[in-house]
This record gives sequence, structure tokens and C-alpha cells, in this order.
Amino acid sequence: MSSLTATAVDVRYKITNVSHTFPGMEVQALKDINLSITSGSFSSLIGPSGCGKSTLLNTMAGLLSPSQGQVTLDDQNVTEPPDEVGIMFQKATLLPWRTAIDNVLLPIELRDGAKAAATFSDKAANLLDTVGLAGFHEAYPRELSGGMAQRVAICRMLITEPEILLLDEPFGALDELTRERMDLELQRIAAGRTATVVLVTHSIPEAVLLSDRVFAMSARPGSISDVIDIDLPRPRSMETLNHPAFGAYVSQVRDALNRGHDYV
Amino acid sequence: MSSTGQTSQVRDSSRRTAPPTTRPAGGRKKNFLLVRRISAFFNSLPQPVAILLVLVTILLFWEGIVRTGAVSAIILPSPFRVAEQVGIVATQLASGGFLAAELWTTVQEILIGFGLACVVGFIMGLWIGQTQFGRKAIMPLFVMLEATPKIAFAPVFIAWFGFGISSKFIMAAFMSLFPIIIGTVAGLAATSEDEIKLFKSMKASAWDVFWKLKLMRALPFIFTGLKIAVVAAVTGAVAAEFIGGGIGFGEQIRVAAARIALDRVFALILVLSLVGALLFSLVALLQRKVTFWDTDSPARRKKKRGSA
Ligand SMILES: Nc1ncnc2c1ncn2[C@@H]1O[C@H](COP(=O)(O)OP(=O)(O)OP(=O)(O)O)[C@@H](O)[C@H]1O
Ligand SMILES: [Mg+2]
Repeated sequence: MSSLTATAVDVRYKITNVSHTFPGMEVQALKDINLSITSGSFSSLIGPSGCGKSTLLNTMAGLLSPSQGQVTLDDQNVTEPPDEVGIMFQKATLLPWRTAIDNVLLPIELRDGAKAAATFSDKAANLLDTVGLAGFHEAYPRELSGGMAQRVAICRMLITEPEILLLDEPFGALDELTRERMDLELQRIAAGRTATVVLVTHSIPEAVLLSDRVFAMSARPGSISDVIDIDLPRPRSMETLNHPAFGAYVSQVRDALNRGHDYV
Repeated sequence: MSSTGQTSQVRDSSRRTAPPTTRPAGGRKKNFLLVRRISAFFNSLPQPVAILLVLVTILLFWEGIVRTGAVSAIILPSPFRVAEQVGIVATQLASGGFLAAELWTTVQEILIGFGLACVVGFIMGLWIGQTQFGRKAIMPLFVMLEATPKIAFAPVFIAWFGFGISSKFIMAAFMSLFPIIIGTVAGLAATSEDEIKLFKSMKASAWDVFWKLKLMRALPFIFTGLKIAVVAAVTGAVAAEFIGGGIGFGEQIRVAAARIALDRVFALILVLSLVGALLFSLVALLQRKVTFWDTDSPARRKKKRGSA
């Protein structure tokens, strides 16, 4: 899993001098972003609303080519969505004409066809069960709450077992307790597959609880203001919240974000 | 209620249930309350009763005018004579006689015309919705055509396609083409950026993006177009029959009108409106089946599902 102490870890994502300006926008959405994501690591992006977190994630997913700079995955330029990457967007975006389970199966259907998708239905059902949607496999999106829809979207991303997970506020619409449960579930899934995870979040405790490394961002223009390595024992659990260092890390991230705000 | 009577000089709009008799000084108020109560009564009627009530009122009014003798019975036949004709027309249709054959001709024209419009309209809609060229060059042309009174083309189609059934279904198709094009174009624009991005992130082919996303998103709009179109097809077919002469229910109406047999004209019109209503309902039924997920459409509640 985490191997920050090792010196020769393999870097998967490398983002070099990335800047982005949306057409018609005065301010840059992203300015001079430099970061690398090592294999099997868990990183969080945290920062004020509008600082460019989603934009950065989209460039990493190959859905947006930045106006300047370079994004590479395993030393390959990212120009289109890479096979090994799964992205979960800030909005669940489920197809209303498909049931929850058929929404989960969509990526398989698009990749391998409807026949192949049918063989994955047990797996899809299991995924839905793990996120607490056991009774809702056949429910249509309009019958789901916002948080339930987000959980379906997580399953849809996980069904293809991507090596790299890009998550944009996946648990934003969940209550505190469900969120903590989902956080630990996410950690379990990531650890079980040695997946590399990049998580966008607004919750400082969530970032500290899950991450090996937290990137604090500041707004206008969106840039990385601080990088904080979280050296807490794994696997993390609710106990971690009581770890003496946990509170210190939380304040450290908070201070970093405050500095980012002063900067505006 | 007696306390209401004591304070009747005070305007108090919250006391809606006070009986008007206890308000000797509030004439306007009294009328207002009465109107409210009558309106509440009518609003509480079940729909079939409400419809029947309106129909009976119109018929009574109609019969009343005829009874006064102010209008000649030739110009305005009594509802009873129309009902009589409806009976005659219905028996003729049921017995499969000459009228039934005429109606079948008209229905064929409508169905062929509507079918043609569906195919052509959808393809045109695709062209306009999916290509820059279509949007820039074809769309303005159709807007232009849409703005012209389409009935005026009936003589043109008769000149081109003759007095037979083809000129009629071409006219029906022509009348119902535009709503289908507009529906398809609007529908294809209904897919959100987020959905496109989602499909892109899953590396969907252009084929899948179209069939599994854009077309599905377009269906509610297309159906809205189809519902308008199917009714327009009825108008188109009958209008062409009027002008083209010789065949169909429209011709029957024209002949009856020439004889000034307005009771028969009304009876025949009723049959056509039933045909239109039936076709409309069939499309609406199909819409509810196909776009059951569309929350904006007349919602058909799905069965409640069990929770975990
Ligand atoms: N498609 C777009 N067109 C124009 N401007 C955009 C677009 N998407 C984002 N922006 C702008 O870029 C900036 C960064 O947006 P982004 O969505 O990346 O923020 P964010 O950090 O994800 O915010 P939040 O936490 O609220 O989700 C914002 O100022 C936004 O207005
Ligand atoms: Mg965002």
C-alpha cells in the first residue's frame, strides 16, 4: 500500500506545469500545477470551492486537455481516458431509464457488449450490497436519494476494477455516519486491490483519515499551496480518529487551507 | 357562527365558512362567498361527471336556440337530428357498408402519411440535430415552410400525385412532418454535458453514445412531436380529400355539406374526431410504455419497492 518512505517508488501520474484557462474566463482555473502520484498511494485534493479540483481531476482522466503543461500516466501522455482509470464525477449522473443495477453494468456493456454485462450481474449486485443498497437493485434513479445515487455511481466505477480511482467528492451527499462507513469501505477496496486513489474532498478529517498525502489547494488561480504527508498507521479505522497525531494533522491541513485563503 | 355575525362589519377574509345570511351588511362579501362555494362544488366533481355536465349544458343551450326558431333548422339542426344521423352513420360503419370503405380509405391515408412522416421526419431531425450543415442550411428552410399555411400545398400535391390516395397521404405526411422534425431536433439537444462526459470516460463508441444516450434522451421530445403529428395527419388527409375530391370521409363531408345536410356533416365530423382521439391515445399509450422513466410526462407511478 503506502510506500512513501521508500525512495524508489514508481510514479504513476506525473503532472508537470499544468495550467488551464476555460475559454471566456478571466482567471486561470489551474496555474502551474506540479504533482506526482505514486503507485498504490492514496492522495487527497482539498481546497475551497471553485479552486479547480474537478478541473484537475478531469485533466487526469483525459477528459480535458489543459491549455498548458503535461499530464502523464506511466510515462504516457494522457490524451484520452486511459483504460486503467475509473472516474467518479461530482454529480452521480445515472441514466434514468436504467435500474440501479443496469446503471452499474453500463461500463461493462459499453466495453464488452450486453451479453458480457449479463455475466457481471452477480458482481454488480454484490457491489450494491456492500454500499448498503441491498433492496434497491431494481430501483430507478428517481426512486433514489442523492446519497443513494452517489453510491450507485461508485459501484459503476468499481465494476471494471480500475487500477486508478479518481473520485470527485464521492460522499458529498451522505450523512456523517454513512460517510465514515463508506470511507472505510473505500479504504478496504483500495487496499484489497492495491489501487491508486485520488480523492477530492471538502472534509479535512476525511482527507487525513484516508490519505497518504494531502494536496491543499488555493483558489484564483487554482494552485497547490501545500503538500502534507500523513504518516498514520494502516489500516486506518475509527480508532485512528483518536490517534494523538490525527488532530495535529487535521490542524496542519486546516492551517494550510487558511494560508491558501489569505493568499486570495 | 353567531360571533361571526356580530363582527360582520369587519372585513375578515379568513372566515370563509360563515353563512351569507348572517351578514346583512356585506352584500359584496356575500356574493363573493357564494361564488367561492359554487366554485368549490364544481371543482369537487369527479372528471366524468364534470365533462358530462359541460356536454349536457352545451346541448341544452344548442337545443334551446333551435327551439326558439331564431335560426333555421337547415343552418343549425337540432342535437336530436344530429344524434339520429350519428346513429345512422354508426350502423353503416358497423355493417361494413359503403361508409366504412370510405372511412377505411381515410384511415389508410392517415396511417401511411403518418408513417411516412415518422421516417422522413426522424431522418431530417437527425440531419439537422447532428450536423452543422443541417442546422445551418436545412433548419431555416423548414422554419420557412413551417411558417407557410401548409394547406395551400394541397392542390400542388394533387397536381403531382393525382386524385388517388397518394396525394392524400402525401398531404397528411406533409402536415405531420414538422412536429416530428422539431421534436427530434429538440430531443437530440437534450443530452447534458455531464452525460456526454460520463460516456466519454467509459470510452463509449459514437454508436453507443447515440443509441444508449442521445436517442433515449430524445424520446420524450420525439413523442411530444408524434402526438401533435398524428392529429395533424388527420387534418392533412381530410383537407386533401376536400380539395382533391372523389374519395374518403372528407369527400363524404363535402357532399353532405353541398346538400346542406349539416346534421350528417356533424355526425361525420364526430367520427373523424373519434379517429383522431383514438390515434392520439395510442401514441400516448406507447409513450407511457417507452418513456416510463420520464418524470415530466404524465407520471405512471411504479410499484413501490421494498427497502433493505
Ligand atoms: N466547463 C467550464 N467552463 C468554464 N469555466 C469552468 C468550467 N468548469 C469549471 N469552470 C471554472 O473553473 C473554476 C474551477 O472549477 P472546478 O469545477 O474545477 O472547481 P472545484 O474545485 O471542483 O469546485 P467545487 O469544490 O465547488 O466542486 C471555477 O471558477 C469554474 O467557474
Ligand atoms: Mg468540483
